[in-house]
Amino acid sequence: MIINHPILGPRDSAEFTYMGDAALLDRPDWQAKDALAQFIDYGYLRDNPAGPHQELWYHEQGDRSFLVVTRDTTTHEISSVKLANDVARSRGRST
Amino acid sequence: MRYSGLRVIKEALTGHKGWKPAWRDVAPQAQYDYIVIGGGGHGLATAYYLARNHGAKKVAVLEKGWIGGGNVGRNTTIVRSNYLLDGNEPFYEHSLKLWEGLEQDINYNAMISQRGILNLVHSDAQRDAFTRRGNAMILNGADADLLSTETIQKRYPFLNVHNARFPIKGGLAQHRGGTVRHDAVAWGYARAADQLGVDIIQNCEVTGFRIEGGKCLGVETSLGYIGGGKIASCVAGSSGRLMAKANMRLPIESHVLQAFVSEGLKPVLPGVITFGAGHFYCSQSDKGGLVFGGDLDGYNSYAQRGNLPVVEDVCEGAMAIFPMLGRVRLLRMWGGIMDMSMDGSPIIDRTHIKSLYFNGGWCYGGFKATPASGWCYAHLLATDTPHEFAKAYRFDRFEKGQMIDEKGVGNNPQLH
Repeated sequence: MIINHPILGPRDSAEFTYMGDAALLDRPDWQAKDALAQFIDYGYLRDNPAGPHQELWYHEQGDRSFLVVTRDTTTHEISSVKLANDVARSRGRST
Repeated sequence: MRYSGLRVIKEALTGHKGWKPAWRDVAPQAQYDYIVIGGGGHGLATAYYLARNHGAKKVAVLEKGWIGGGNVGRNTTIVRSNYLLDGNEPFYEHSLKLWEGLEQDINYNAMISQRGILNLVHSDAQRDAFTRRGNAMILNGADADLLSTETIQKRYPFLNVHNARFPIKGGLAQHRGGTVRHDAVAWGYARAADQLGVDIIQNCEVTGFRIEGGKCLGVETSLGYIGGGKIASCVAGSSGRLMAKANMRLPIESHVLQAFVSEGLKPVLPGVITFGAGHFYCSQSDKGGLVFGGDLDGYNSYAQRGNLPVVEDVCEGAMAIFPMLGRVRLLRMWGGIMDMSMDGSPIIDRTHIKSLYFNGGWCYGGFKATPASGWCYAHLLATDTPHEFAKAYRFDRFEKGQMIDEKGVGNNPQLH
């Protein structure tokens, strides 16, 4: 698979380490009343869709950036690649 | 019809006109006591043991394609019980014992061959770890044998014990491990279950669950609605897709695992051998092809094909210990979808929906578990209590912090 890195252009997926569902960007608030339930969900349950899947790829052999890649799990086709930083900021987070 | 050597001779002399289909082709009834979804090894074994051990009468196995066409026909056929943890080892040892008596039990030649499995050791630390594992196996009634480099060299002269980077320092052998003809397992269980009255319904895809008031009443299928007293999901590899129809999220990711077969060779490889410094394992089929595999591709996938980096990695592993394979040609390679659970261990449990049960999360160790999985799942379905060998395989182990993590890598499904 070729991942079209937003800064570095097309890179071989072998340069990356897969880090799982991009929902992991949204860590629960540890002070919430139901924080325990939220963390169990966050740590262990997955949507695991057959189809488009937003996921984290870490450019370990490259610029060490985290990317949010939208990839179809039934075809491996990649439809969008964004910097995880940009995705987190667009959700109102500082980093 | 009972299969026997005598029957083969009789049929040979009479033009093979007496053979009958191994199982009936039936249309679904309106209502069953038990509906097992998935006609793979585990589903068929579950149906068989439901009928055999628990006297269940109205049992159906629903299969969306043809039986044995999923992961039971895609694996690398190895059986073993060389696990470390208490939650796992008694279960897998029970499975290996069932394998040992399976052919007589189901009257079917599954070509069970206890040719042994050898896990190679490449460092002192690894020898310590394997010694511990061997002791855990022996404590649970399995067999384990720590072999010296000299013994290994004598038994397997083709191994490169002097590899500069990963010299072979010994190995942990389980002589009762081996290989089984995987298709025959599905066919044998299907035939045996059919003879006990189980309806095996092929080309019948489950498209939804009928759930009312928190209770599952039956399944919607491509052949219409079928009611069931207890509904048992048993579709490892597709668990995510199926359970999504019941709005369930699982502690599972689906990943692709590739496997490989070489051209046929004369007998060169006695038993199963695994490389301890990379991820590579290999055995030789009775047809002569070398059957081997390695790591997952490592990303969520429902596509039954992998990518080239893993092919390269697996072949490098092969060359590191079997330099003799350098000019062997690859015949076939394929990918299968694994239910990768959060701790690398399976789930056999009730769900929060009444009368809906779940069996899955087998990662890439499901084949060897087939008999025990069916045995314990049937026990759960019939008695509503977990079998003693599968009592650790619960959904709630994650929130209770009781993970069964053989590799100790945490909740990273792609690393198990």
